Amino acid sequence: MPSIKKPLIPLAAMPKNDIGLTIRDYEGSMSTLCAGCGHDSVTAAIVRALFELSIPPHKVVKMSGIGCSSKTTAYFDSAAHGFNSAHGRMAPIATGANAANRDALYIGISGDGDSLSIGAGHMVHAIRRNVHMVYVIENNGVYGLTKGQFSASADIGSAAKHGEANTVAPVDPVMLALSLGASFVARSFSGDKEQLVPILKAAAQHRGLALIDVISPCVQFNNHYGSTKSYRYVREHELREIEPDFISTGREIVADLPHDGALMVAMHDGGLVRFRTLPADYDPTDREAAMHYVNQAHARGEIPTGLLFVDESIPDVHELNHTSESPLVELPFEELCPGSAELEDFQKSFV
Amino acid sequence: MTLQAIATQGPSGEEGPRINDFSLKFANVNGTGSASANNLILRAIFRMGVPVSGKNLFPSNIQGLPTWYEIRVNGQGHTSRSQQYDMVVAMNGQTYAEDIGQLSPGGYVLYDSTWPLPATLLRQDVNFLGVPLARMCGDAFSGPRERILMKNIAYAGAVSYLIGIDPQVLAELLEESYSGNQALRDSNQRALRLGYDYAEENLPAELPFRLEPGTGTEGKILIDGNTATALGCLYAGATVAAWYPITPATSVAENFRKLCERYRRRKVTLTDGTVETRNDFVILQAEDELAALGMVIGASWAGARAFTSTSGPGISLMNELLGLAYYTEIPAVVIDVQRTGPSTGMPTRVQQSDLLECAYASHGDTKHILLLPADPKECFDFAVRAFDLAERFQTPVMLLSDLDIGMNDWAVDRFSWDDGYRPDRGRVLTDADIEKLGHFYRYGDEDAEYVTPRTLPGLSEQGAYFTRGSGHDRYGLYTEESDAYAQVVERLAKKVEASAAHLPEPVIRTQAGAAIGVITMGSCEGAVLEALEILASQGTALDYMRVRGFPFDATARDFITSHERCLVVEQNRDAQLRSLLVLEAGAEARRLGSILSYGGLPISATQVVEGVRAEMREIGV
Repeated sequence: MPSIKKPLIPLAAMPKNDIGLTIRDYEGSMSTLCAGCGHDSVTAAIVRALFELSIPPHKVVKMSGIGCSSKTTAYFDSAAHGFNSAHGRMAPIATGANAANRDALYIGISGDGDSLSIGAGHMVHAIRRNVHMVYVIENNGVYGLTKGQFSASADIGSAAKHGEANTVAPVDPVMLALSLGASFVARSFSGDKEQLVPILKAAAQHRGLALIDVISPCVQFNNHYGSTKSYRYVREHELREIEPDFISTGREIVADLPHDGALMVAMHDGGLVRFRTLPADYDPTDREAAMHYVNQAHARGEIPTGLLFVDESIPDVHELNHTSESPLVELPFEELCPGSAELEDFQKSFV
Repeated sequence: MTLQAIATQGPSGEEGPRINDFSLKFANVNGTGSASANNLILRAIFRMGVPVSGKNLFPSNIQGLPTWYEIRVNGQGHTSRSQQYDMVVAMNGQTYAEDIGQLSPGGYVLYDSTWPLPATLLRQDVNFLGVPLARMCGDAFSGPRERILMKNIAYAGAVSYLIGIDPQVLAELLEESYSGNQALRDSNQRALRLGYDYAEENLPAELPFRLEPGTGTEGKILIDGNTATALGCLYAGATVAAWYPITPATSVAENFRKLCERYRRRKVTLTDGTVETRNDFVILQAEDELAALGMVIGASWAGARAFTSTSGPGISLMNELLGLAYYTEIPAVVIDVQRTGPSTGMPTRVQQSDLLECAYASHGDTKHILLLPADPKECFDFAVRAFDLAERFQTPVMLLSDLDIGMNDWAVDRFSWDDGYRPDRGRVLTDADIEKLGHFYRYGDEDAEYVTPRTLPGLSEQGAYFTRGSGHDRYGLYTEESDAYAQVVERLAKKVEASAAHLPEPVIRTQAGAAIGVITMGSCEGAVLEALEILASQGTALDYMRVRGFPFDATARDFITSHERCLVVEQNRDAQLRSLLVLEAGAEARRLGSILSYGGLPISATQVVEGVRAEMREIGV
C-alpha cells in the first residue's frame, strides 16, 4: 500500500540543494510495486531531478490516472499534492488544475494503458493544447494490475509471458507526439538514470507539454525472452546518440559553459540543454529531421533514446489564452464579479 | 369554449376584440433568416408592456427543414405553450397543410400570395390573408439572399399591422439592433414598411384579437436561460469553464465566453512598455465531455470556481468522473440543459428525463445535489448557488435546466445582485489554519454537516495530501479495510443529506378545500399554474408544490404526507420525479399519480387540465 511509511534511518549529513533541502525531502512513501520494477527507477530519477532543480516540494503537483505507473505519484515528493484520478483521465484533470493555478510544476505520470488506450484521446489533445506540464509515460507494453494483457504499445511479434505473440500494430507515443506538433519529445529507459535525470530537468524547465516516453520493463509480466520491452531487449537495441545534459544557469555555472561547438538549447524557465552527442545530420529543433531519424531507427530495429525534439517557441495553453500572469485561484472575487451596477446596465439590452 | 376564452373571460363580457390574449404560429424554413423577424415581433410586444413568450420548435438541421416559432401573448402572464393558434404565418409550402390544419376555427392564415394557395388547403372556417411577399421583396431588393431575408421582415411588418404593434417601437428596435450597420438597418426598415403598408391598404383593419399597450412587463426582462446561466457563472466568480459543443447547451459556454471577454479582460503594461490584454479566465473546448468534467474537477481541486455545461448525452459520459468527484470530495458545477433522450434522441426537443440519471450518476453508491430552475431568473440565481453548494459540500452540483428554458426567451423579473455577496468557499485550510489545528486529516474532522477540510495544491506547504478515487480512509490514505472504507462513505451519505437544508425550498401554493396536490418541477411551472387557475375557476381547488432542489427537504415530505393524493406533472415517460419522491421523500407510491408529457414539445396547460380531469374521473370526484 502506498501509505506505508519509509523507515527514517539517520544518515550522515546529506548534501543540500540551493534551498537547503536534502534528497530525502523529495521522496514519497514506500513503493508497493514489484522488486525490480522499472517504474521505481523512474521515481528515483524524478526525485533526483527535483532535488537538483531545487524546486520547493509543495510547488509540485503530481497527477496520474490508474495503473501501476499511476501509483508512482505516491512514491515521490510527499510534500506535494497528488491526484491519482481515473483510468486515462490524468490529462484533462491536469489541464484543469493547470488552468486554475499556473504557478506550479505539474508532473503527470501515466502508463501505456492509461495514455495509449483508454486515455489516448486525452493525451492527444493535451499535446495539441501544449499544457504546461511534464508528461511521463512509463511504458512497459503490458497491463500489470490485471496480470499481463498486451497494451497498445506492444510491438508486433513481441511475445507475452506464455508465448503468444502480439499481432496488432503498436501506438508509438513519440511519433504520435511529433506528428501532433508537440513542443518537447523525449524517449528514455528506466535503466538509464544518467540520461533520464537531465531529460526530466529539461522537461521541468520547458514551457509547454514535455512528453517523455520511458521504456520501463515490467519484471513480472513482460521481462522475458521474446518481449521487446524487456531490460535485455532494450539494452541490446537502444540507440543512444542524442544525449542531453541539463545545465542549470544559476550563478557561477554560466561562466563554466563549455564552448566545444555542442548544440545548446535555452529552456524557457531557465537552464540550458547541451547535446553532448548528436549524429552529424541531426537537429533536435527540426521536427521533420526528428521524425525521419526516429523512423529510420525503428526500421533498423533500434530504439532511439534521448531528447529527440524540442521547440521552446511554441506557445503553451496560457500564452494562447492570454491568461493573467497571476494564477486564477489567487484573483480576488472583487475583481471577478462585475457587480450590481454592471448587471443593471447589462440587462438594458434585454428589454 | 376554448381554454383561452375560459382563462381570460373578463367581467366586461365578450364584446369587442380579445385584448392581449392570443397565439401566433410562424411556419418557416430553417436557415432562411426567419428568426430575426420572429424575434423582432416578440420583442416589440414585450416592449409594449404585454407579457409574451416565444418558443422555437426547430429541427436538428442547418438549412432547409421546417421550423416553427410560437408567440403567446397573455396579459395575465400565462405564457406556457398554447397549442391553440389564432394566426398562422405560413411561410413554408412543405407544411401548409399541417399548419393550416392546426389553426383554431375563426383563425387567420397569413401567406405569401405571390403564388395561389392550392385549393385543397382552403378551410372554410378560417380566414386567409394574402400578402405578395416574394413579389414585393423581389421588386424592392436586388440580391437573391436579401430578397429571401427581407421576406421575413416584410411579414413581420404585416403581422405588426394586423395585431396592432406600435410602428414606433419597431423602428426603435431596428435602430438598436442595427446601430452598427446602416445599410442593413435601412433595408430592414424598408422591408418592414412594405409589409406594414400592404396590410394597412389591403387587409382587415380589425381582427378579433389585438394588442393594447400595458404595464405587464415593467421590471421584467426578456431573456433565455442559457444566457442567464452563463451570467450566473460569471457573477459567481467562475474562472474556468470546460465544455464540448452540444445542443441545447452550447450557448451557455458561448455566452460565458462573450461575458468574460466583456468583463474579465484587463490591459497590462509589460516590462518593455507594450500593452497587452490579459484574461482572468480560461475556457477550454474539450475533446469530449469526459475531458470537460475532468478539467472542471482539476480546476476545482486546485481551488478555482469551474463549471461545465452539457446535455443528456454529455451527462452519460460524465458519469465516470461524477463518481470520482463525489468520492474524492471535489466541487464541480455541471449545467445540464436537458433534451429528449435516450441516446441521441431528439436533440432540438425538450424533456426532463435526466433527473434520475443525475441524482444517482456513476457506479457505486452515489447521490448528487440537484438544482431545478423553472425559468431564466432561477437559472441565474441557482447558478450562483450551485458554486456555493459545490464548494461548501465539496461535491458535484448539477443544475438541471432544459431546452425550453435554455434556448427560448422568457419574460422574467429583472435579475438583482447583492454587492455584499461573497463566495462560500467551504472548508479550505491555509498553512496558518493547519498550524493552529495541529494536524490536517483530509477526510476527518467533519463539521456539523459532515464536511471535512481540504487544502489547495501548490498553495499549501503543510497540507499536502493524496487525492485518490480508490478506497481511502479518513486520513486520505489508501485502504482496503471494511471499517475504514465504510466510515468515509457513510459520512458522504450524511453530508449530501445535510445539503438539503441549504437548497432552494419548494414553492408551495395552497387553496382552501383542496384535496389533491399537484407536484412539479422546472419548466412545467407555467403550464401547471395556468391549469390550476382554470380548474379553480371551474370549482376544482388544488394545492401546488414545485420542488427546486434534491435531496428533498422536510417541506417537500410534509406536503406529500399531508395530501391523500398528489399528481406529479413532469416531462418524461417514466415519471422520474414521482420515482424520486417515492425513493427519497417517503411518498407512498399508491398516493402519487402522474401527468406526463414527453413528446418533446413544451407542456401546455391543456395537457395538465386534461390530466387532472382524468384523475378526478378515476377517483370519482
